[in-house]
Amino acid sequence: MEFVVCVKQVPKTDEVEIDEETGTIIREGVESELNSFDEYALNVALNVKERLEEDTEKEINVTVITMGPPQAEDALIKCLAIGADRGVLLTDKAFAGADTWATSLTLAKAIRSMKKEVDLIFCGYEATDGNTAQVGPETARLLSLPVLTHVEEVLETNLEDKEITCKKEIDKGYIKIKSEFPAVITCITPPEFEPRIPGVKEIMSAKQKPLENWDHEDIEAEEDELGLDGSQSQVMETYAPPSKGPGIKIDDEPEVEADKVLEFLEDEGLIG
Amino acid sequence: MIDVNEEECTGCEECVRTCPEGAIKLVEEVANVDEDKCTACGACVSACPLDAIEIEIQAQTAGDLSEYEDVWVFMEQEGLFEECESGGLKPVGPQLLNVAKNLAEDIEGNVCAVIVGNDIEDLYDKCASYGAEKIYAVKDESLETYSTEAFTSALSVLISKHKPEVLLFGATHVGRNLAPSIAGNLGLGLTADCTGLSIEKKNGEKLLVQTRPAFGGNVMADIVCPNTRPQMATVRPGVFKPPEQMEAQEYEVVKEEMEAKPDIPTEILEILAGEAVEENIEEADCIISGGRGVGAPENFEVLEELAEEIGGVVGCSRPVVEKDWMPKARQVGQSGKTVSPKLYIAAGISGAIQHKVGIRGSDTIIAINTDPEAPIFEIADFSIVGDLHEVVPLLTQKIRGYK
Repeated sequence: MEFVVCVKQVPKTDEVEIDEETGTIIREGVESELNSFDEYALNVALNVKERLEEDTEKEINVTVITMGPPQAEDALIKCLAIGADRGVLLTDKAFAGADTWATSLTLAKAIRSMKKEVDLIFCGYEATDGNTAQVGPETARLLSLPVLTHVEEVLETNLEDKEITCKKEIDKGYIKIKSEFPAVITCITPPEFEPRIPGVKEIMSAKQKPLENWDHEDIEAEEDELGLDGSQSQVMETYAPPSKGPGIKIDDEPEVEADKVLEFLEDEGLIG
Repeated sequence: MIDVNEEECTGCEECVRTCPEGAIKLVEEVANVDEDKCTACGACVSACPLDAIEIEIQAQTAGDLSEYEDVWVFMEQEGLFEECESGGLKPVGPQLLNVAKNLAEDIEGNVCAVIVGNDIEDLYDKCASYGAEKIYAVKDESLETYSTEAFTSALSVLISKHKPEVLLFGATHVGRNLAPSIAGNLGLGLTADCTGLSIEKKNGEKLLVQTRPAFGGNVMADIVCPNTRPQMATVRPGVFKPPEQMEAQEYEVVKEEMEAKPDIPTEILEILAGEAVEENIEEADCIISGGRGVGAPENFEVLEELAEEIGGVVGCSRPVVEKDWMPKARQVGQSGKTVSPKLYIAAGISGAIQHKVGIRGSDTIIAINTDPEAPIFEIADFSIVGDLHEVVPLLTQKIRGYK
């Protein structure tokens, strides 16, 4: 069986700031990391793989794939150390500047280029830099596959009927939902998630695992349908969010503090 | 858009029977797609027993942009996962009708509500009472509960036939599944979680300027989708205020049919009880959240009392869910819910970046913490250095007295 996990290398969000003069994002010196939702998605994929391999003696191959600059390789190497079997880095100038549509199209074409039937595609629910949560569902439509979003856990995998049962978050709680597969699953991280920490042995063996670089020709795509050229949405302008200015801060007796909060709520028209 | 592998096609006509648009015919024993009629809904792809049909991946060209008019709002119903009684509208729909009114004035179009479902007739008046001038409706048994396939197919039919200039969705769990599925289906641009929407006219084009935060709220971006129609955006609940409900004016209803039974690959098995909550904190006007500083699950009672007095709901931070003091559905923050209430009170929450990201959209933030250096104070409008166990009950008392 074949699983694919789509991941993204993101800047640490708390370090990103905007140059107030130019309105552009300051990237220098900002550290990158594997998107935390994607790390969880890989974990879900590996859990399913381990469970199935134990129960059925089937071999399951987990490929991690990312689109990004050459240094995004670091994110893939981390995934290989955590337990993925193979990495594919989609790197090409033609991919740069992609919006969610062009990203989804690139991923869909890459997955199709694997020339194998992929049984399950796992994605993080969203990336912590863009927070759109669009790439998973858009990729699923482009591959004409069902999509389960907001999945916290895969509960059952039925190989005979090719069905997967998941715990999915909805606005007011959770549901148990079943889907045929092949399918795309986007994963949200539960609070109790403990990341797998690879040991020295895993880190060393990650370097022996296959890691391929693919460009637009490898995925049979035309340059003008990719990256910035292929994007449907365009960023007109970026700027710093309007700052509220420093708020009021008090440190006093509880009685006085409660009075002042009441006064504040009254002034702001938030009670009464 | 649809690509038939002529060598693999046996002419079984399964796709011909399935196509809701009647766009497929057999030509010389092979399926042939009429591209003018095809909406790329994908019904034939799943119907084909030989996997001989693929949707060729490419963006639509909008053609003549002047054909597109009006501002549409997808009106989601409550209970699409059978998690609660159905029948009502999710609050975000009316909020979007309010912003749609301004956009419609600017493009000289109508404000239109889009309703798809099975039991929907009662909702028409409601939508009109919030300002919808026109209702686009698809009524079908397959739309009784939510599935990506049936809803995407219903919306794709409406869009292809009636060509809206703008289409807005609430960024609910359904909206965040449906909107990108439609975008993927029709090759459209889509902007998530907009906090501002306006129209900019340029060379006869009417561009929807979509303002949204990125990088955890450290950056704002203005985004446009100049080449595709409709221009689609999602908006989180609570970002815009609802209009005042009025008596419904006269309105027009345009009904479309789902012509074929969609092939739905998913099935809702059960609602996981015990983890459900009555209120969706994403929709609340006022949230009182507790963190590690609350100390014990029973101590949440003081927050609940304040919430009751002030008309709010109780939320929490991640450590509280990890300790199993509160269900995950109440968790605010990056791995929980992003909220934008009028008032957010953070009690005993230190303010990790992941929590701050989730509350940035709040109009007013009040924070109570014993640590004067707690990071939560950096984004609070009103910071109280103190013990929540003392301050909160006093505040509750005082609010009660004030009334």
